[in-house]
Amino acid sequence: MSNWLTIIGLIPLVGALILATLNKSNELLAKQIALAISILTAVVTLLMALQFDRGMTDLQFVESYQWISSFGIKYALGVDGIALVLILLSVILVPIVIVAGWNEAVGGRWSVKTFYILVLVLETMMVGVFSATDVFLFYVFFEAMLIPVYFLIGGYGTGARAAAAVKFLLYSLFGGLLMLAAIIALYVISLSQGGATFDTTALSHLELSRTTENFLFLAFFIAFAIKAPLWPMHTWLPDAADSATPGTSVLLLGVLDKVGTFGMIRYCLQLFPDASKTFTPLIITLSVISIIYGAILAIGQKDIKRLIAFTSISHFGFITMGIFAMTTQGHSGATLYMVNHGFSTAALFLVAGWMTSRRGSSTIADFGGLQRVTPVMAWSFFFAGMSSLALPGLSSFVSEFLVLVGTYTRYPLAAIIATFGIVLAALYILIPVQRALHGPTTPGNESLPDLNLREKIAIAPVVAVIIFLGFYPAPALNIINPAAEHTLSVSGFSDPAPQMTGKAGH
Amino acid sequence: MFNTPFLDYSILSPMLIVLAGAIIGVLIEAFASRALRPLLQLSTTLGTLVLSLAQVIRIRNTSSLTAAIGSVTFDGAGAIMQGSILIIGILAILLIADQENFTPVAAALPGSEEERESLLTGHQLTEVFPLTLFAIAGMLLFPVSSDLITLFVALEMLSLPLYLMAGLSRRRRLLSQESALKYFLLGAFSSAFFLFGAAFLYGYSGTLSFAGIHEAVAGNGSNSVFLLIGIVFLSVGLLFKVGAAPFHAWTPDVYQGAPTAVTAFMAAATKVAAFGAMLRIFYTVFGGVADLWRPVMSLIAIVTMLLGSLVAIAQRDVKRMLAYSSIAHAGFLLTGVLALNKAGLDATLFYLFAYGIATLGAFAVVTLVRDSAGEVTDLNRWSGLGKRAPFVATLFAGYLLAFAGIPLTSGFIGKFSIFSAAYESGNKAVVIAGVLSSAIAAFFYIRVIVLMFFTEASDESTSVLIPSSLTRITLLVTAALTLILGVYPAPLLNFIHSLALFIR
Repeated sequence: MSNWLTIIGLIPLVGALILATLNKSNELLAKQIALAISILTAVVTLLMALQFDRGMTDLQFVESYQWISSFGIKYALGVDGIALVLILLSVILVPIVIVAGWNEAVGGRWSVKTFYILVLVLETMMVGVFSATDVFLFYVFFEAMLIPVYFLIGGYGTGARAAAAVKFLLYSLFGGLLMLAAIIALYVISLSQGGATFDTTALSHLELSRTTENFLFLAFFIAFAIKAPLWPMHTWLPDAADSATPGTSVLLLGVLDKVGTFGMIRYCLQLFPDASKTFTPLIITLSVISIIYGAILAIGQKDIKRLIAFTSISHFGFITMGIFAMTTQGHSGATLYMVNHGFSTAALFLVAGWMTSRRGSSTIADFGGLQRVTPVMAWSFFFAGMSSLALPGLSSFVSEFLVLVGTYTRYPLAAIIATFGIVLAALYILIPVQRALHGPTTPGNESLPDLNLREKIAIAPVVAVIIFLGFYPAPALNIINPAAEHTLSVSGFSDPAPQMTGKAGH
Repeated sequence: MFNTPFLDYSILSPMLIVLAGAIIGVLIEAFASRALRPLLQLSTTLGTLVLSLAQVIRIRNTSSLTAAIGSVTFDGAGAIMQGSILIIGILAILLIADQENFTPVAAALPGSEEERESLLTGHQLTEVFPLTLFAIAGMLLFPVSSDLITLFVALEMLSLPLYLMAGLSRRRRLLSQESALKYFLLGAFSSAFFLFGAAFLYGYSGTLSFAGIHEAVAGNGSNSVFLLIGIVFLSVGLLFKVGAAPFHAWTPDVYQGAPTAVTAFMAAATKVAAFGAMLRIFYTVFGGVADLWRPVMSLIAIVTMLLGSLVAIAQRDVKRMLAYSSIAHAGFLLTGVLALNKAGLDATLFYLFAYGIATLGAFAVVTLVRDSAGEVTDLNRWSGLGKRAPFVATLFAGYLLAFAGIPLTSGFIGKFSIFSAAYESGNKAVVIAGVLSSAIAAFFYIRVIVLMFFTEASDESTSVLIPSSLTRITLLVTAALTLILGVYPAPLLNFIHSLALFIR
């Protein structure tokens, strides 16, 4: 089977079509089909991952067909280690989200079935965006992905959901259009240098003038920085996370925002290595600001969903810093961070979602004493929080450590400041833990039900992955490392030589 | 000595067929009984258009400079334009056939006894069919004309029926008639400009034929005030027709006042014809003196895009909003004309077709949203439409996404190809302005989607008609094409690429 990626992308799409033919009133069947389809997708993806050759740095599972020949556009797919782990992250999170939010589509603007159609279409787009190797195809997925998310937030969210959805869409579209202008420029330049192409590898060999390269880099980077949200382009995220259903938030922060950081690695660095070098100081600065700013604002949040959104902004600062440190540890760390952040944010959002739906409020002050009333839920939240603050032994620790080490070898000052982010992380996690879980039981919370079996089943795999990758990250790192090294070597970066000599004695 | 003029009937036949159909239509009006007319007219009109389209397809690979003693130049690009106009015409006729939009007796004064009677007897207005055919004949001739007189005749031939058709609305007739008058007066103005420009070009080159003017331009160079004045005024006439700033002022009023089916036809087909003619003139006649007009036209394109997108934000009426959106799209199309390369020609032709199809669909949806007093065009009253009529609202959202240029719709491919052609020609300012105005435009398209899907209905009186089977065909075909051209545009792009050439 050579069309692995296409098949993985098609399964959810076919599932969406099957759902579309269902009767609206048959909600249970719609959920069951959606779940079955998403599990099938995950299983097929795991089967593919088993055949991934870790020793090879080239793209694997490559497919390429003419799509729009007059522009040299191809339907071209392929994955390296980085893309593979992100696809795995996506297809594993989707069934978890479906199980966890079994009832979250009820009470939306539209039918339950529509919710799952949107989720499955989104899954197709996620697979596509990480596996596209043709810049045009990537752009198509990048933009088309916005539409299902937009309807998921606006149709099934809470509060000012329409406004949040529009804000999300407009921010993303603006960035996307900038990128489109840059893609057009790349296309025209490729046309004048031996033939129209959108192939990422071919485009990375273009001769670009200094100014052109800088402009094109900025256009791509801004699009990705809006997506990944980096300060100061982050303002859409808290609103979106606040309004979206927990499941949508998991997909939004856990997977979609990773497209931004993934794009930086795949496109910014590989297509514009010189410009990447030029802008590195600026981007490292922005990342450090994001880390500290996100953390400080998270501490000040009264609403639990907004709090998680701001912690993510801080975490995305770490990821971006790791990418632009241009060291192999930094890169491996950043990629692993993307995966870990996906799982720990998923845990946080899911538990926060259950807490919110039980209590009917997402204000932290409304909780209190949950530890006694709902021990399992409280422990899950605690665990998710520990993972988010990168407790050693949990997966985020490994990646955060790698990012800091990778950054320190080149930008010691940035790494040192970023370390304060970890201290702040302890605050922004422990404060809500204390307020929501400990202390006397807040009146009204006495009879909250604990997690039921379905919810336990949903959270269990997330917990398992977090612990497993915390103690034994090798399986993930073995896939990621060759790709990270390869990315850096094509972009012409090398790790700084160690400056310590043996005499220094350590 | 007198030579019989040579007429190549096979090349002229698409136009002749349509004209013949129009004349038959007039005869039907005169001799057939009222009861028979609607069906008879509809079948004649559709038959005529299909026949003409078949003929265009048959002769698509021929090209001729001498089809009508040098007055008509038929080539690949001309064939594509004529084909586009005919396809759009067929789909538009299906909308026009839905008589709910038209006043039964156009001559009756609004509010008069006669009007009331005609409404009661259930008469139908059938003159609109031959009028449409006459307009289409003009549109077919416009982009293949190759001398200024033929061009002018075609311009008038397509305009005069449109002026009339704009005034035929069944409801809010005064508004409709006002818009018709406005369209007529401003159109007459622009025709005068056009003629003025033609006269100067004659003074400059001593000929009215495109070939002759081209030679004069090549021989005498650009150092002539006459040439400059000629180009400027000719352009004014054409820019008026496409609705580019600062000659756009008629567009929102006419789009709003005219019966929606006519608006759909006008917005889609006139654009193809007018841009077709513009492409031919600027590519084949004035291409050599591009330095003379390109800077100004670039400015006009930029202003048109930005103005259309910005003013559209403030609109509260769906037809006016679509009108301003069409102004913005005229700006995008101008960037294709400006590119002045093969890629620009291909891109503009693709864009014209894709945009025309989506426009027809969007206006077709507008005809369906009603209350007891007729169409509801106030955007606020469209709120909650997604709940009451999910299918129609989804279609409309699809057309809007195409206008906004979201991937997997035809609009995205169009925008991509037209901007890449403009960039290829080195016109970066236009590309940046285009991207910027696309971002602005996205805002108001999305606002309508929010209104339909995310806002509770404020007004329960708005309802959505079950589309008649004819309207349904238009809706389905336009929606399918909008999607197909977004997902797999290669066949059409390749077809246009291999066929689209101007001969001189």
